Amino acid sequence: MADIAAPTATAVAGDRRTGLHRLMQRKSTIAFLMALPLILLIGILVLYPACYAIWLAMLNKSMSKFVGLGNFQFLFKRDTFWDVVFQSCLFAITAVVFKAIIGFVVAHFVHNIPSKGQRKWRGMLLVPWVIPPAMSTLAWLWLFDPAYSAFNWILAHFGIGPVPWLGEAAWARFAVILVNIWAGAPFFMIMYLAALKSVPEQLYEAAAIDGAAWWQRIWYVTLPMMRNIIAITALFSLIVTFANFDIVRVLTNGGPLTATQLFGTWGFKLGIESGDIPLGSCVVLFMVPILAVAAAFILRDISRRGSEV
Amino acid sequence: MANAAISAGAPVRPVKYGSISRDRRWAMRWSYFFLVLFVIFFLTPPLYMFITSLKSSGEISAAKNPWWVYAPTLSNYIELLTQNQYLVFFRNSALVSICVVAISIVISVVAAFSLARMKFWGSATLATGVFLTYLIPDTLLFIPLFKMFAFVRDTTGIELMNHWWTLIIIYPTLTVPFCTWIMIGYFASIPKELDEAALIDGATWMQTLTKIFIPVALPGIIAATIFAFTVSWAQFLYPLAFTTSTDELVLPVGIVTTLIKGDVFNWGQIMTGALLGAAPPLIIYAFLMDYYIAGLTAGATKG
Repeated sequence: MADIAAPTATAVAGDRRTGLHRLMQRKSTIAFLMALPLILLIGILVLYPACYAIWLAMLNKSMSKFVGLGNFQFLFKRDTFWDVVFQSCLFAITAVVFKAIIGFVVAHFVHNIPSKGQRKWRGMLLVPWVIPPAMSTLAWLWLFDPAYSAFNWILAHFGIGPVPWLGEAAWARFAVILVNIWAGAPFFMIMYLAALKSVPEQLYEAAAIDGAAWWQRIWYVTLPMMRNIIAITALFSLIVTFANFDIVRVLTNGGPLTATQLFGTWGFKLGIESGDIPLGSCVVLFMVPILAVAAAFILRDISRRGSEV
Repeated sequence: MANAAISAGAPVRPVKYGSISRDRRWAMRWSYFFLVLFVIFFLTPPLYMFITSLKSSGEISAAKNPWWVYAPTLSNYIELLTQNQYLVFFRNSALVSICVVAISIVISVVAAFSLARMKFWGSATLATGVFLTYLIPDTLLFIPLFKMFAFVRDTTGIELMNHWWTLIIIYPTLTVPFCTWIMIGYFASIPKELDEAALIDGATWMQTLTKIFIPVALPGIIAATIFAFTVSWAQFLYPLAFTTSTDELVLPVGIVTTLIKGDVFNWGQIMTGALLGAAPPLIIYAFLMDYYIAGLTAGATKG
C-alpha cells in the first residue's frame, strides 16, 4: 500500500507544482499581478472610502448609533444647506460657462495669429493654470484686500467708490467665480486650440467661397467639428469646479456668513473643524448625483469613440 | 515699417484674393489686440505677487501707487529663505512630491502596460473604471479617509495623522488614475509588431516593457511625471485636513496658515512665499511646455 501510495502522492504534488507554475506563467496571471498595485490603491483608498462615506452619513454625531436618513432630514430643514446648494450650482455653472466662452474666444485669437508666434502667446496664457491655486488665490486675496485693494486704487481714479470685494455677499460670489474663471479658462483655451488645429482648413475655404460670414463659419463649421471636445472639456470642468475647495477656502473661507460656501468647503467646516463627521460626509455626498450625471456623459463619449476606432 | 511693406506688397497680389487677405489682416490685428488684453488679465496676479514681494512692510502700508515699487528690496526673500520654517515646508513639499511621482509612475506604467497589451478577465472594464476614479474628487474622500486613519491608529497603533509622509500614501490616489490613463493611450499607439517581434525573440513580458515600451513611450512618461508633480505640489485639501503642526506642513498649507498670524497680514512675505512656492511648477513648465500641454490634452484626445 505504502509503496503504491508514495509515488502517486509525489506525482500529485509535482502536478500541482507545475500547475501553479503554469498558472504563474500564464499571460493573464502576469497581467493581473502587474495591475494589482493599481487595483489595491483604487480599492482601498478610493472606492472603500467612497462607500464608507455613505455609511458614515447615516450615523449620529458621536458615531455610536445608526440613524438612517436622519442627517439628510436634518439638512433639508436648514436654510444654510439650501444656500449652499444654490451657491454651488451658481458657482459651478456660471464659472464653467464663462470659462468655456473665454477659452473658445482666446483659442480663436491664438489660432488667428501666425503660427510661429503662437507658442509664445500660448505659453503666457497658460500661466494661471500652472500656479498652484492655493498660492495664486493668495495674490487675488491681496488684490481684493479691503484696505489696500489695488483694484480699488485704480477704480478710485475713475471716481468709483471702494468696492467691498469680499465683504458683501454678492461681490464675494462674484469674486470667487472670477478667480475660478481666471484659473480655469487657460485649460479650456489649450483644449479648444488643440481641437481647432484638427479642423481641416479646406472646410473654411469652402465656406468662404460659399460666401459664409465669420459667424456662419464658426456656427456651421467650427462648432460641429469641435462638439465632442467642447462637451467633454465642459463636463470634466463641471466636476472639478463643483468639487472646488482651494479657491473658496483661501479667498473667503465661505464668508461673509455662508454666502460663498460650497459643498466641499462646508463639508470641511462641519466635518473636520466642527468635528461632526457624519454631517460633513452627508454634505459632500450631495456632490455625487451631479458627478454621476457628468461622468455618465463622459463615459458615453469615451465608449462611443472607442467603438469608432 | 511692417505696414509699409504690406501696403507695398498688396497691389502685386492677384485681385481676387485681395478681400480674403485683407479680412485676415484685420482679424489678425484684432486678435493681437484682444490677446494683449487677455494676457494682462491672466498675468496680473502673478505680476502683482512679484511687485509686492519687492516691497518693505512700510511701503505696502503707505498709501502710494500699489502697482509701482519705489524702493525695491530683497529683504522679504532673505528673511524667508533664512527662516528655518519656510525651508522645512519646502523640504516636506519636495520630498512628498518626489516620492509620489516615483510611486505613481511605477504603478501606472506597469498597470497601463498590462491593461493596454496583456489583457486579462475584466481588464477593459478596469481601464474605464480607472478613468472614472479620476473623476472622484478629493472633497468627497477626505472625511472617510480622516475616519479611516483614526481606525488604523486604534487597531495597529500606527499614527497616520499629522505626519507629512502620510501624504505620500494618499496623493497617489489623485495622480495614478490619470497617469495610467495617459500611459494606456501612449502604449495603445505603439504598433503591435514591435512587441510581437520581441516576444518571438524570447523576451519576457517585463523585458518587453522595459526594453521596448518604456523607451518608445518616453514622451508620455515625461508628460505623466509632470502631471503627477504638479498635482502633488499643488494639493491643498489633504494636507490641510491631515497635518497640523508646523514641522509637518507642506508649502501651500504652510504659507496660508503660518504666514498669516492672527489678523496681522505680512503681505510682502506672503507674496514672496507664494511666488517661491509657485516657482518649481513654473520652471518645469517653462522648460517642458510641450510635454506639459501633451499631458493636459492627452485625457481628451486619446483613448
